[in-house]
Amino acid sequence: MKPPITFSQRLYELLSSMRFAVSLLTIIAIASIIGTVLKQNEPYENYIIKFGQFWFEMFNKLGLYDVYHSSWFLLILLFLVISTSLCIWRNTPNMLREWRTFKEHAQEKSLRAFSHQSSIANPNPSGDVQQKISQYLIGQGYAFKVQPQESGDTLIAAKMGTHQRLGYILTHAAIVIICFGGLLDGNLPFKVQELLGNKRIEVLDIPASQVPEISRLKESNLSYRANMTLPEGASSNVAFLRVRDGYLLQELPFRVALLDFRIQHYPTGQPKSFESDVEIIDPELKAPLRQTIRVNHPLIYKGVAIYQSDFQDGGSGLDFKVWNLSQAEASSVDLKGQVFKKGTLGEGAGKLTVEFNEFRKFNIINLSPDGKGKPQNVGPNTTYKLRNASGQAREFVTYMQPLNIDGKAYFVFGVRDTVQDDFKYLRIPAGPDMELEGFMRFRAVMLNPEYYPQIARRLGDAAMTKDSQLRQQFEQGAQQLLKAFAEGGYTKLAKTIEAAVPEAQRDKAAEAYVKMLHAAAYTAYNISQKQAGKRELATTQENQIMLQDSLNAMNDMMFYGTPYLLQLRDFQQLEASGFQLTKSPGQFWVYLGSVLLVLGVFAMFYIRERRLWLLIKANEVLVAMSSNRKNMDFEREFNRTQQQLRQLLT
Amino acid sequence: MNTNALDFQTKSIWQTLRVADWIYALILMAGAIFAFQKYSQYMDAYEKGFLFAAAATFSYLGWRWKAIAKLVLGVGALSLLAISQYQGDLGRTSQAFLLKFFLGSQTAIMWMNVLFVLAMLTYWFAMFRRSMFVGKVASSLTWAAVLFGFVGLMVRWYESYLIAPDVGHIPISNLYEVFILFCLITASLYLYYEQQFKASQLGGFVLLIINAGVGFILWYTFDRNAHEIQPLVPALQSYWMKIHVPANFIGYGAFSMAAMVAAAYLLAQKGVMAKYLPGLDVLDDVIYKSIAVGFAFFTIATILGAMWAAEAWGGYWSWDPKETWALIVWLNYAAWLHLRMVKGLRGPVLAWWALVGLLVTMFAFLGVNMFLSGLHSYGTL
Ligand code: HEM
Repeated sequence: MKPPITFSQRLYELLSSMRFAVSLLTIIAIASIIGTVLKQNEPYENYIIKFGQFWFEMFNKLGLYDVYHSSWFLLILLFLVISTSLCIWRNTPNMLREWRTFKEHAQEKSLRAFSHQSSIANPNPSGDVQQKISQYLIGQGYAFKVQPQESGDTLIAAKMGTHQRLGYILTHAAIVIICFGGLLDGNLPFKVQELLGNKRIEVLDIPASQVPEISRLKESNLSYRANMTLPEGASSNVAFLRVRDGYLLQELPFRVALLDFRIQHYPTGQPKSFESDVEIIDPELKAPLRQTIRVNHPLIYKGVAIYQSDFQDGGSGLDFKVWNLSQAEASSVDLKGQVFKKGTLGEGAGKLTVEFNEFRKFNIINLSPDGKGKPQNVGPNTTYKLRNASGQAREFVTYMQPLNIDGKAYFVFGVRDTVQDDFKYLRIPAGPDMELEGFMRFRAVMLNPEYYPQIARRLGDAAMTKDSQLRQQFEQGAQQLLKAFAEGGYTKLAKTIEAAVPEAQRDKAAEAYVKMLHAAAYTAYNISQKQAGKRELATTQENQIMLQDSLNAMNDMMFYGTPYLLQLRDFQQLEASGFQLTKSPGQFWVYLGSVLLVLGVFAMFYIRERRLWLLIKANEVLVAMSSNRKNMDFEREFNRTQQQLRQLLT
Repeated sequence: MNTNALDFQTKSIWQTLRVADWIYALILMAGAIFAFQKYSQYMDAYEKGFLFAAAATFSYLGWRWKAIAKLVLGVGALSLLAISQYQGDLGRTSQAFLLKFFLGSQTAIMWMNVLFVLAMLTYWFAMFRRSMFVGKVASSLTWAAVLFGFVGLMVRWYESYLIAPDVGHIPISNLYEVFILFCLITASLYLYYEQQFKASQLGGFVLLIINAGVGFILWYTFDRNAHEIQPLVPALQSYWMKIHVPANFIGYGAFSMAAMVAAAYLLAQKGVMAKYLPGLDVLDDVIYKSIAVGFAFFTIATILGAMWAAEAWGGYWSWDPKETWALIVWLNYAAWLHLRMVKGLRGPVLAWWALVGLLVTMFAFLGVNMFLSGLHSYGTL
């Protein structure tokens, strides 16, 4: 008569049940997927752009941007720990019993009922049965116990491989220990502090010194995983923890100084190593501790491990030539800039702020049109933003050296309106002497009406018509053409044609105009060359293409979105090294758990528990065998054993 | 008659060793010492440890499973032969006869591909013909494929150092290389169970997944030139790679094999091809055994991964997609084992589960690299 089951008993039954465990394992597996398909811990703007305000809020409430630290996920893990602990609590006594006992109190009746038993009739070995059996059992590696029965018979109860039972305890204890370790290193303490209102994340981009107490974590903080970015020559004793869309400031028990940061590259251009020479400054040290930190080779000091995590610009100096596209002259002014700093261009209403955002010394890109060719290093580039008085900004990128695009060299300038768009590129042919000046002089002539009569005249000469009136028309046409192109590029040209020429002849006219434009360009180029005291341009195929590209560039410049073309001339690189600083007291427990887990799993799989009973009667030996894993190995072993015993005893 | 209990005494491994076994072990140890003297300047302390641990491990494996000893010796001999052909000049890949047609890493790997395809066809043929002999031929073809595959990897390892000492690295560092490893490990595992259960009928099934791998290798070679040896990004320059990756692929390989056998199980249990296949109990046992192996090694691999992460990324667990999917795979098979071990569940349900498990495993192995971005820096398609 069992007593009625109370609620708490039922709960215990459920939580410690295999069903529950397995369901938990499955649920965790499924929940974990979320964080792998939705990129975690991105800046919040990205999510808003991706999902729109409504869903952004939704997902944010569900903590989907940091699933693995969300309360509900931690709750599931907690359940796993509870369930596993209860399971251990529930099964361990039984496992330990099974581990120790020989089950020497088995009754003959039950032994005969075994699925694996056989009886050896009237054994007559030379010598004592029991002794032979004992020898046999020892030889097989069984441990056994002899149990005389009231009936005068003798029962030998043997066992082997019961350590397997410990495997169960090890594996499951391991799970709990690992979760415990993970918890130590998790952000639970902070979550609590935040709930209690003792801590708050800082969202403003302010200097470390101004971060308020409530967003600072003391040196005493048990565990953290924070980041520190140091320009060469700088030092710091605080690190930052990114939390959601803000950060916390972690105070360190020492100061880290970056002496030098090095990137080495393979011949192919891929990075080979990132190294930082750092100095640990700590009053407790007689002399500062110098060491080189590399990827896979962290420095551990005062229980804080310092890792090479990434690198960025540390405020490199940039020297630009600024070409003013609004005026038709080949003159430029110099501009100095520094990454992360600002500068200005122009005055009054047209005044622009330049925000120098990034400088990259190496750019490994694939320029081959089909994308099949090898990526190569195209040298330094820099990205900057031009912001007008009303705060709108465009982003620009410029490459210092001409890029070699299908066999021809171009200076490349990219522009885009928002970070989401791709850059649209302005390609300016580098010309025979790989300089921008040549093009700019050419452009100055092309866009300056003063030259048009001269150009027109030369075209006229080339056209060699005796008829002076025709010639005059021709030259006027040429001047209008140049004027149109100067004012509005190809579009304006098209318009003038539409205006001047009836539908029918347009195509032919257009052709003629383009021819003329090219001829004009050729003349104009040589004028510009002469002025600069340079030799004229030979009429070759690639020069034709060069001029063509130049005209396209002039046309595209009208859509460049700013009159200022910044050409990068020189730089003084200053790099910054990104470190990760971690303190994880849980690591020890996680590793301990891991070792137990491995031992346990192997014990469970590869130690096979077998029990053997031999009931020695007057004219019979009853052999019964059992294992907690009924499988083929066991079948085979039972047959072998009972046959061997048969041989041995008859 | 008079038998003595001692006749049945189970011998410890040491008692079972014959002279040949000791010679084998000595050869491996000698090989390790030779490699140490020649190449130790390229190894750190751990890697020196691994070198000798490997000699010991393969000695043990060879003692327990004679066939693998032959393989190890074969791989060693052919690799040394190949290396001797190079005379320190990579150009000889296309000049020296042996390298050009047999032992150059690319060629050897192509031989592996071809042999795996032949082996599969032969296995199917053997199965429907119920021919022991043809079955043996199929096994030999598989052994040959494995031999060439491992030689290919060994030679590739050497070639990478010929390109430049600082480029040199063990060829398990990108998708192309690990796919070869996957095929080789899966095949080796299969061959082991084949001789354990005398069940060459399963070859056709297991080689399906291996040849899927072969297909990928070919596509990856010819469409993407992935066979070109690339230098290691800094994150991968670590001794951990040498233990983490192989452990992982024993896991993947074992799980894949289990899935293929599960497929056979499901067919047989529906009466399809039942008369050609081994009994359900055998299939069931093979599935369990390979999932057990897989789980054990996948556990180790994941732990090693965590330890590596702790050294490279500054945390033993970052919930990086690759890590997370490893966890998912692990949990999946933990659940499977529970149902079988604890609930004593058997039959189609578990077979289906093992089959679906393959999808999860493959996503962790491939899908993550293809669809998800993360810290794991090797091989994107
Ligand atoms: C993350 C959680 C868990 C993991 C990874 C895990 C892992 C394992 C593994 C690998 C085995 C070996 C299968 C075998 O060979 O017997 C096992 C067995 C077992 N597990 Fe779990 N387990 C977990 C949670 C639980 C929970 C919560 C229970 C609660 C009932 C449980 C009960 C058992 C039992 C009773 C066995 C059989 C032991 C034996 O018969 O040898 N497990 N577990």
